[in-house]
Amino acid sequence: MDKLTTVEGRAYPFGMKNVDTDIVIPAHWLKTISRSGLGQGAFEVLRKQPGNVFDDPAYAGSPILIAGDNFGCGSSREHAAWALADLGIKVVIAPSFSDIFSGNAFKNGILTVVLPQDAVDRLMEVAKTDPIHVDLEAQSVTTPFQDRFHFEIDPFRKQCLLGGLDEIGLTLGEADVIDSYEARQAQERPWIVPSAAPAVA
Amino acid sequence: MVKPRTLYEKIWDAHVVERRPDGTCLIYIDRHLVHEVTSPQAFEGLRLAGRKVRRPDLTLAVPDHNLPTTPRRDAAGNRIPISDPQSAQQLAALERNAPEFGVRLIGDADPEQGIVHVVGPEQGFTLPGTTLVCGDSHTSSHGALGALAFGIGTSEVEHVLATQTLLLKQSKTMAVVVDGELAPGVTPKDVALAICGAIGTAGGTGHVMEYRGSVFRDMSIEGRLTVANMSIEAGARSGLFAPDDKTLAYLKGRPMAPAGADWDAAVAYWKTLVTDDGATFDKTVVIDAADIVPTVTWGTSPEDVVPITGVVPDPGSFEDASKQDAVRKSLDYMGLTAGQRMQDVAIEHIFIGSCTNSRIEDLRAAAALLKGRHVASGIKHAMVVPGSGLVKAQAEAEGLDRIFLDAGFEWREPGCSACLGMNPDKVPAGERCASTSNRNFMGRQGPGARTHLVSPAMAAAAAITGRLTDVRELMTTQKGMVA
Repeated sequence: MDKLTTVEGRAYPFGMKNVDTDIVIPAHWLKTISRSGLGQGAFEVLRKQPGNVFDDPAYAGSPILIAGDNFGCGSSREHAAWALADLGIKVVIAPSFSDIFSGNAFKNGILTVVLPQDAVDRLMEVAKTDPIHVDLEAQSVTTPFQDRFHFEIDPFRKQCLLGGLDEIGLTLGEADVIDSYEARQAQERPWIVPSAAPAVA
Repeated sequence: MVKPRTLYEKIWDAHVVERRPDGTCLIYIDRHLVHEVTSPQAFEGLRLAGRKVRRPDLTLAVPDHNLPTTPRRDAAGNRIPISDPQSAQQLAALERNAPEFGVRLIGDADPEQGIVHVVGPEQGFTLPGTTLVCGDSHTSSHGALGALAFGIGTSEVEHVLATQTLLLKQSKTMAVVVDGELAPGVTPKDVALAICGAIGTAGGTGHVMEYRGSVFRDMSIEGRLTVANMSIEAGARSGLFAPDDKTLAYLKGRPMAPAGADWDAAVAYWKTLVTDDGATFDKTVVIDAADIVPTVTWGTSPEDVVPITGVVPDPGSFEDASKQDAVRKSLDYMGLTAGQRMQDVAIEHIFIGSCTNSRIEDLRAAAALLKGRHVASGIKHAMVVPGSGLVKAQAEAEGLDRIFLDAGFEWREPGCSACLGMNPDKVPAGERCASTSNRNFMGRQGPGARTHLVSPAMAAAAAITGRLTDVRELMTTQKGMVA
C-alpha cells in the first residue's frame, strides 16, 4: 500500500447523498479478476448526464472527492474503492460513510474524512475554484482562505496509512496469539469444525 | 455479578483473539463463504505473497453471482460454455483457486449449488454463535440463525483467508422491536421494507441489529433469513436473531451441522445466546406489527417505501432540500409522477428470486397465488430462480414448478440472476420489474431498469394483473377469478 501523508489538489465537488456502490461502479464492471482499470467504469451512470463533475476538465485528475451523507452504501464490492483509486482519488470527504466502504477505502490507501455538513458545504464551495489541502498527520483539512477543519481518525488506520503498512503481514506476525485462540476454541467449542463435507461430487 | 450483555456482545467477546489498547480487536472468524466475484483478487494476493489459506476447513466456495440461470450441462453431462468470456473467466478462477488452496467447492452443476446465503444455512455451515463472513453485503442473512455475519471487501477476504481473523472495532447495538401480529398478506419482506422505510438506509450504520419482539419470535427461519438479509439495506452490517427451538429444529441433521455429542454440546452453548435481562442497546426502534401493510418501493433506494394502497410521493413533501432533489431524480429515473396511485403502475417483468426471497416458503407463497391463474398479457417476462439446487428439487417434488410454468413463468437454475446486472438475466432499460430482490438502485437490474421491491406474494399478484397490486385483493378473490 502506498504511504499517504498529505494530499493537495483540486477536489470534485460532488456532494450527492446516499451514493451506493452500484453508482460508484456498476455490477458489469465486477467481472474483472484484477484490481486495476476500474476508473473507466467509475460513476458510469452519472457520467452519461451532461455537466457532471467527473467529466468537467476543471476537475480532471483531482485527488479529492467531496461527497454527501452515507457515501458508499449498499454492496460490499471493494471494486468501488479500486475504481476511485484508479481515478487517482486519495481522499474522500463526506459527512458520513457506510461502514463497509470506509473499511475498503482504507485498505486501498484511500483516506475517508468525516466532517460536519456545514464544513463539507464550505469545502464544496471552495472546490469549485481552488485546491484543498489534507494533512493526515495533523488530521486537518485546510483551504487557501484560512478555513481549517479538524477530523478524527482511528489511530490504527492512521498509522497504517502513514506507513503504507501491509495489514495481513502485521496480523501474520501475531500467529502465536491466533494459535492459542484456536487451541482454546478446540477445547471449549470442538463442534465449530464442520462435521462433514457437503455431499458434492 | 457479571454485567448483563446483549447477544451481540456475547458473540463478540467469545471471538476476541486480542484486544488492542485503542479498542480495536483481532476477531476470530469461524466461517468464510467465498464466491467468484469478490475472491479472485484475494487469492491472487495470497499467491503473490506466497501465503496459504489458514483454515480451509472453515471455508466454503460456491459460485453464484454471474452464473447464467439457463442449463449448465448438456444431455451428455458436458459443460455448456458461458457466453460472456469475463464471467467464464471468473468462474474458472474460482474453480482453479479452490483446489489450489484446499478449499471445498460446491460446483456450478452440483445439486447443492445456489446463492451462498441460501447454501450456507441449508448445508448447516451457518451456525448460531459463530462469526461468519463473505465478500458480499447480504451476508447479514445468516444472522437469522444467530450467527454474527457480515459482508466484507476483497482485502478483508484475503485477510481472513490468510489469518482467519479480522481487525474490527466493536459496533454499537440497535434493538429492532416488532410486537403484535402480522395481518394476512403481510410477509417478512414487508417487515424488512417497513424497517428500511422507518429508519432509512443509513439508520443502522455503525450498529449491529437484534430483531426482538413477538413478530420475530413467531417468524419461520426462512422469514428471518429475509429480514436479516435486508439489515444491510437499513445500514447495519449485521442483524441477529437469538437462536431458539425453531433454529435447532432447522439445523438438526443438516450435512455440515454438528452431530451426536457435538450437537448436544453445541445446543447447550447456543441456549446461552440470548440478550440478558438488563442489557442495554445503544438505540431501540419500535414498530407496531399492526402498522405494517403490503409494501412496495417507488424510488431508487430501499428506504423509498409506500403501502401498496398509497401514492407516489410529492418531492415537495420531504423537508430536506437535498432529499427533495434526490426524490425528483428518482421519480425521473423511475418514470413516475407524484400522486400517481401505486396500484396503477403497470409492470412488464416479474422476478422471483435472490438471496432475499428464493427459498421454498417464498416459492410456495407465490405459487399459492398463481395456482390456476396466468400472467397478464402485458407481462413480457416472468421468471422464478430458486435459491439453490435443493430448493429447486424440493419445489419440483411439490409440483410448484408446474404451477409456475402453467402460469407463464420461466423456471430457472439457481443463482443471483436478475438481482444484479452481472449475468444474462437483466431488465431492459426503461422497463419495469416487480422484484423480490433487495435493491432498487439505479441500474441494479440492468442499465436503466426500473425496480419495485416487493414480497413473493406481491410479485405473483403483479404478474396476475400486470400492475402493482394489493395481494389482499387476490386473496379474497375466488380462486381462478382474476381481479
